[in-house]
Amino acid sequence: MCLAIPAKVIKIDELNAQVELGGLIRQASIMLVPDINIGDYVLLHAGFAIQKIDEQEATETLSLLSQLTIDDNQ
Amino acid sequence: MKLVDEFRDSAIAKRLASKLQARKTAAVNLMEVCGTHTVAIFKHGIRQILPQSVKLISGPGCPVCVTPNNDIDNAITLVQDTSVILTTFGDMMKVPGTSSSFQYEKAAGADIRVVYSVLDALQMARDNPDRKVVFLGVGFETTTPTIAAAILEAQRLKLNNFFLFPAHKVVPPAMRALLSSDDVKIDGFICPGHVSAIIGSKPYEFIAKEYGIPCVIAGFEPLDIMLAIDMLLDQIASGKSQIEIQYRRAVSAEGNVVALGILNRVFEVTDAYWRGIGEIPGTGLKLRAEYRKFDAKDVFGIESGYDTEKESCQCGDILRGILDPPSCSFFGKACTPEHPVGPCMVSSEGSCAAWYLYQ
Repeated sequence: MCLAIPAKVIKIDELNAQVELGGLIRQASIMLVPDINIGDYVLLHAGFAIQKIDEQEATETLSLLSQLTIDDNQ
Repeated sequence: MKLVDEFRDSAIAKRLASKLQARKTAAVNLMEVCGTHTVAIFKHGIRQILPQSVKLISGPGCPVCVTPNNDIDNAITLVQDTSVILTTFGDMMKVPGTSSSFQYEKAAGADIRVVYSVLDALQMARDNPDRKVVFLGVGFETTTPTIAAAILEAQRLKLNNFFLFPAHKVVPPAMRALLSSDDVKIDGFICPGHVSAIIGSKPYEFIAKEYGIPCVIAGFEPLDIMLAIDMLLDQIASGKSQIEIQYRRAVSAEGNVVALGILNRVFEVTDAYWRGIGEIPGTGLKLRAEYRKFDAKDVFGIESGYDTEKESCQCGDILRGILDPPSCSFFGKACTPEHPVGPCMVSSEGSCAAWYLYQ
């Protein structure tokens, strides 16, 4: 029940947004993340954006994963 | 899908699996608290790639599973009133109460509707001013801010036919309750990523400080979970106990401050009964006085009382990590997803359902 899926914000109308996930367009309330901008990624849960996704942190986690596994196999 | 596919990269997963398999570690029990993690772990076969000395135990983090019979029985009582529309997330439909379930009552004619979001229930109340729309509020901190936001919206719209049946629960104090009983040895926690997206990492600090147990807050893709296990094993090997965040793209130390503000504006902490565990102080949420008019328990005069669990059902031991699902005498025989005896087999995130489907 704690499933939340990354979705891209494509339109904002006050506290409602249109978000795109895997080609689907859904409505989402952004009451819980009011400072969101078009182009941002959010976690979508039960009709609400519950958190902004930090893409910089995502990139860093991926490079850590690459580094960790390359180092160990050298 | 961006921010999903990268964390399922098979080449990195293979290398990380080899790294994990090669680890020499003493026998350890790692508990994944969250039911969404339980399903992801089974779905991606993560149990199979770990060294035999590393055992994953499923914890009490499936909100459907820990909802006591009494809440289900009381909600069923509500729909005997034909002016009521009961709305719920789909997972609750098949959960057996003492003598019935929502699915059975719906088949018998009760107006029970599955919704994707609490906002759907709110809209239903606006569309049906002559009916009383009750939303059965089940869920942890991931979900509760959305319910709080809906209550604020109901207040703003001056709706007098929208009600919440509050059965929400709070995670960190339940982890304390698990640790306080010596039923199961836990050497590390995989902490719930989306609960933590809301509450941040600070509420877990007591686990490291008071109990000396390492915690890693993990995301839900296979690379996230594998990395979190690697981080936990690093902490255990070096004798550390810290709260680390693997899921940094969604979780910070403070969490979502706006969501927490809305949650705390609408709800206050109370005690709650967890199926199989019992009453745990400070793990429930009730509406604050100014929002009590939306409380279905108050409005419909429902009294609490929690002594209706089936004694033969072993979901309680499974929720505490004492029993693996196949050790339950009902598992796969009297209890299957089609005919569940207990909630751990009903919910798609219940550990019994996950074992049954994937193992």
